[in-house]
Amino acid sequence: MNSPLVSLTNVSMKYKKLDALTSVNMTLNQGEVLGLFGHNGAGKTTMMKLILGVLTPTEGSIEVMGMSPESVEAWHMRSKVGYLPENVSFYEQLTGLEVLTYFVKLKGGSGKKVQQQAIELLEQVGVAHAMKRQVKTYSKGMRQRLGLAQAFIGKPKLLLLDEPTTGLDPIATADFYQTVDQLKTQGTSVILCSHVLPGVEQHIDRAMILSSGKVLAMGSLAELRQQANLPVVIKPVGLNGSLCSDSKLTGFLTKQANVLHVPEQDKLATLRHLLAHDSLHDIHVEPANLEQVYQYYLSIDGQPSQVTKAGVQH
Amino acid sequence: MREIFTVANKEFHDGLRNRWLVSITVIFAMLSVGLTYFGSAASGTLGIASLSTTVASLASLAVFLIPLIALLLSYDSFVGEQEGGTLLLLLTYPLSKTQLLLGKFIGQGGIISLATLLGFGASALLLFFQLEDEAVLVTFALFIGSAILLGLSFTAIAYLISLLVSEKSKAAGFALITWFLFALAFDLALLALLVGVEQGLTQQGLTQLMMLNPADIFRLVNLAGLDSSDVNGALAIAINSSLSQGQLFAALTAWVVLPLTLAIFIFKKKTL
Repeated sequence: MNSPLVSLTNVSMKYKKLDALTSVNMTLNQGEVLGLFGHNGAGKTTMMKLILGVLTPTEGSIEVMGMSPESVEAWHMRSKVGYLPENVSFYEQLTGLEVLTYFVKLKGGSGKKVQQQAIELLEQVGVAHAMKRQVKTYSKGMRQRLGLAQAFIGKPKLLLLDEPTTGLDPIATADFYQTVDQLKTQGTSVILCSHVLPGVEQHIDRAMILSSGKVLAMGSLAELRQQANLPVVIKPVGLNGSLCSDSKLTGFLTKQANVLHVPEQDKLATLRHLLAHDSLHDIHVEPANLEQVYQYYLSIDGQPSQVTKAGVQH
Repeated sequence: MREIFTVANKEFHDGLRNRWLVSITVIFAMLSVGLTYFGSAASGTLGIASLSTTVASLASLAVFLIPLIALLLSYDSFVGEQEGGTLLLLLTYPLSKTQLLLGKFIGQGGIISLATLLGFGASALLLFFQLEDEAVLVTFALFIGSAILLGLSFTAIAYLISLLVSEKSKAAGFALITWFLFALAFDLALLALLVGVEQGLTQQGLTQLMMLNPADIFRLVNLAGLDSSDVNGALAIAINSSLSQGQLFAALTAWVVLPLTLAIFIFKKKTL
């Protein structure tokens, strides 16, 4: 078995009095995409900085590609890591091409290939048409694309993307996820931080939910769903009255008419039962989505965190 | 080494793009040519002033201007990139903090050095052709050399400020205070000490105190060799017991190296 590309063992990070992260354990394998979710200030950015070697953990150990990311030996590894910070405003007075050329050079590019490589990356993210313009004339979305181009320099083995889709229009977002999928098939591991939950799920292999520096849940979406034990929503069309009279279904009925909430393990049995009805002419089956899973885990954590909030105020 | 060069190249081109090089060169050239021609206007004559008068006037102006320009050019070097988010990004690149700092120093130091050389060099040549005296070149070589060191010293001090504060506006404020302290307040304090405290300060002690201010070392370098009639104030006393030019240059170089080393140290400790 391959050793994981990134592994965090019992990592804690304290800023003066604030506990940014508390005993986090995590592994990321090659070619895996991990979604990192949590409210603002949950510790997502801190975790990325730790993996990048910009911060040193107060406790625990981190290994990236087999070495500690802040060590001297890890220097050459950095050219294989791409990072998109959450808020970055590039050198406004430079053109897009100049900015990217600078970053390509810093990542180890040299000679005539630098310019060409920069142009290719700009084409890939779709800002090549504006590459001769100063960055200060760029829109929010174009800046974000420039940031992405910068993260993609040198075919990274590990990508850390902090809110990659903010400011992108739906088409650009789709393009972005396509690029992520493509990189994944090339063996790149990705850690993706996002507030925008819809749309992310089919592109991530595993999710990690953080709250106040603690890991609330981690696993594949199916695992998380199972743990959360969230019901599947089934909407049969055409049964109307017979739903209420069916003894097998009444337990799943909700306040909404014609909507059933069925636990995962009863899903197939219920579906078979419903399909046996002749009057059924359509059926919608919706498993719990990422957003519901996320909210479920936050709501478990919700009680204690409200107490601490109140405590701070006094 | 390549990383340092890449950063230096970018910073130098920023200096060109923002018209820093052109404006500093023009300011220095106009000042020095103006002073060379009209420096003696105060004494009622027009025409080329004597070499010592010219250098004395240039030095007393440069001692205010160069630190101010160097601080202006570099005060936001780090705090600006920190606010923009690019500093964090750069630190995730295969580039050490020392390389980043030295690269910036070489690039921005290059701007201020080149501007000093071109600006003051212009009037050196002018004066040389008018007076046809080789002493002009020697004196100006010392002047330009020490002016460059003064500029580099305040560039390094600006980095210290830029690394110690977390907001650009604060850095600007601190840069202004630093300039005021080194260029004005320090000398006033020295003078007060000399006049106010009788027998409080020996000549030796005064010269040693002046080593604490790169601007004063710059003054000593340039005024020591001149007729004392062109120099007045606390300086005249210090000059008489002054150190050799070599020692003064060493002290000025130390004022470049020490703040720079300290800046690297602080940068390494800094968390983002």
